[in-house]
Amino acid sequence: MYAWIWRHLPGPWPAKLVLSLAGFVAVVALLFAFVFPWLEPRLPFSGVTVDQSAGALPWHSAGVAGSRS
Amino acid sequence: MVTAPLVEDAVLPGPTEPDPVTPRRAVTATIAHVLGELLITVGVVLLLLCVYQLWWTNVESAVATNNERTKIIAQWDRPVVPDPIGPATPTPSKTKAVPVTPPSYGSGFALLYIPRLRDKVWGLPVMEGVGLDVLAQGAGHYPGDAMPGGLGNFALAAHRATHNEPFRNIDQLQVGDKVYVQTRTAWYTYVLDKDQIVRPTDVWVIDPVPGDPGAKPTKRLITLTTCNPRWASYQRWIWWGHLVAAQPAGPTTPDSITGTA
Repeated sequence: MYAWIWRHLPGPWPAKLVLSLAGFVAVVALLFAFVFPWLEPRLPFSGVTVDQSAGALPWHSAGVAGSRS
Repeated sequence: MVTAPLVEDAVLPGPTEPDPVTPRRAVTATIAHVLGELLITVGVVLLLLCVYQLWWTNVESAVATNNERTKIIAQWDRPVVPDPIGPATPTPSKTKAVPVTPPSYGSGFALLYIPRLRDKVWGLPVMEGVGLDVLAQGAGHYPGDAMPGGLGNFALAAHRATHNEPFRNIDQLQVGDKVYVQTRTAWYTYVLDKDQIVRPTDVWVIDPVPGDPGAKPTKRLITLTTCNPRWASYQRWIWWGHLVAAQPAGPTTPDSITGTA
């Protein structure tokens, strides 16, 4: 997979290296800006509120709606 | 990414080509190869998730908390009278009612000071609502509960892990610890009475009279809620306190109220 990407990147190897790093940074930025913030309320780490709809499963208690009723 | 293949690529064919003896084994190897790379990718993404949770949310929230604090203080510096809609609208009764009106979701209206948690909870913004977007900027106030100094229960939630973790050291709080709430008009001093670890569904803890849903409040309480255990949050750590003093806002700080930090 990565070998395939490497073969299809244009230019000599230094250019490929720069492009690879740029691609990696872009993916990390995408994860930090969109994917992880979306995922966070679905993980059982950030439940700090009491909430009737919390249910038995800890990952339902994140309180996305933030309501106590 | 779609470019004409270079000469270099044509010269170097894939390594799977010169293996005419066992094409089946070559296919298996390719599958294993791709699978391995996918697993490594998943591992790297999970590590990045840890970096995000343990480091980046704190960086982001520290900035957001400072911004919110600045915003609240700037609000207080403006005159108490609300923005005039027209020259005829401002009446004395309306002006008086302003501090009582519940703030809209996400708007900050108080600053929280807990000497025992001084490194994090010192001028911590208190905003209306307990959604994660609010809690990323400070402490959240449960909608519908009493306002600072009010009769009933002034109930707050804040993170104990990630997002600047204001209540990180909630386990170090002790009975008798002071909690100060600063609003535009007053300073309120609460003293902590009791703590308990409860289930996430125990909403009775933030009732006006905790544990007695129908009762009419006679006391002025404060409730702090956060997660327990710190990284798992399948329980909630609750602290209750009661109001012991209220004084008009001025150039005072908790230090000058008590004489100590």
